[in-house]
Amino acid sequence: MEKLQNDLSVVERTADVLQSSATRRKFLRNAGLTTAAGVVILAVGCKKDEPTTPAAGTVNLGSGDGGILNYAYALEQLEAAFYIQAVSTPYMGMSAAELSTLTDIRDHEIIHRDFFKAALGANAIQGLEVDFSKIDFTSRASVLGTAKVFEDTGVAAYNGAGKLIKDPGYLLLAGKIVSVEARHASIIRDLLQPLSTSFAGDDIIDNNGLDGAKMPSEILAAVQPFVKTPLSGANLPIA
Amino acid sequence: MNIFNILTEIEKVDGEVFERLDHISRRGMFNSFSKKAAAVAVPVMVAGMLNKAYATTSGAIDVLNFALTLEYLENEFYKKGVATVNLIPPTDQAIFAQISKHETQHVNFLLAALGSKAVAKPNFDFTAKGAFADVFSNYKTFAIVSHALEDTGVRAYKGQAGNLMAAEDKPLLQYALQIHSIEARHAAIVGRLLNVRGFVPGAKGWTTLAQGNPAAVYAGDDNLMQGGVNLKGLAGKSDAAISEAFDEPLTKEAVLAIAGPFIA
Repeated sequence: MEKLQNDLSVVERTADVLQSSATRRKFLRNAGLTTAAGVVILAVGCKKDEPTTPAAGTVNLGSGDGGILNYAYALEQLEAAFYIQAVSTPYMGMSAAELSTLTDIRDHEIIHRDFFKAALGANAIQGLEVDFSKIDFTSRASVLGTAKVFEDTGVAAYNGAGKLIKDPGYLLLAGKIVSVEARHASIIRDLLQPLSTSFAGDDIIDNNGLDGAKMPSEILAAVQPFVKTPLSGANLPIA
Repeated sequence: MNIFNILTEIEKVDGEVFERLDHISRRGMFNSFSKKAAAVAVPVMVAGMLNKAYATTSGAIDVLNFALTLEYLENEFYKKGVATVNLIPPTDQAIFAQISKHETQHVNFLLAALGSKAVAKPNFDFTAKGAFADVFSNYKTFAIVSHALEDTGVRAYKGQAGNLMAAEDKPLLQYALQIHSIEARHAAIVGRLLNVRGFVPGAKGWTTLAQGNPAAVYAGDDNLMQGGVNLKGLAGKSDAAISEAFDEPLTKEAVLAIAGPFIA
């Protein structure tokens, strides 16, 4: 988590812009204030671990396997939106090979996104509004640095969610997707640091040769600054 | 409570604790148990041990031994490749050294998880009975075999995840997934090298349709059916893109058929 936060802060520095609405939301939460239907409510005596009243427009990912699928759908929405932007407004000096690679990845993420949407049907969460104000899409370092964080985060998210899935069919689906995210992470990392150990670097792989694995709560906190729509994983399985 | 009491307590629930520590220590320390030496080394070993999970169910033991066999194969392959003079060009040595390091870590991790239940390392024939006769003298062959072994690993772990869903196996499921995505990172970088070095022009970090060599490693990877739905035409994307977006599993039998020729 600390590593992820560090990575995210690097991305933030790259873009020089702080996300004001997320900061404000965080402030309100810390102050014990939440907004619902335009009314400011003082959450008196609210313990830290108790679920707080969700902010207006909060998307609840739901519970059980459906919740995990919506969690994945939310992450794929974020990734797809990011690469759509990266490909449609190429950074300065993007080579043809890089454009081709990023276009491939964009298509994979769009396919993942639309697959989850179709699979979830009426249970699917809404389309999320993203916030890429911290990303400088004209800068190679900013775009690829963000891509690296998103891909490593996606890998850790699926790896951490596997044990929360009840249905073997869904577990297999998650497995089919996570290795593709890992492939993306490897290639993006190689674009940033060619022919180095970074593709599966010691910064992210532990001493047992294990990739990251994080619980939804950690992942959601890390990606929320990039999603305007407030996400709640309060009902997701935790074991 | 001193360290020996802790070990005695652990032994009550894990009869093989001393064997496991013996493996982790890799010095045979516990065979001739020296309290003085152990008092220094044990805290470190226990710390390492407590981070690991043990296979206790028969299903998990089967899965982990299957994985261990593949990791033995990969580990020895890279050890030999990295140590062979003039095989891997200097530009690509960092990548293969890193892969080699991970495979060694995976072998050790699985050995620790299996304790006395671990299968022994087979003897290997990396020419696969002559199919890759120049595997340690021709970099192209080495890279192609590396790519195939990594993709086989990805597909093998994926195919076994569903056999680690018992409550007591959940930690192992996560560890298996954490190895699975490492194998995918490896497969991707080597796929990229295959293109960059001109060995397989157009090769990518991901698997397009069922393209790859040997064919058995990539068989069925062109599947477009996901979750019981045919995704053909999804989002207006090509079959190639849809197949790239999902990596397919292999059954244990298919994996063993691929790995078989590599076992002497």
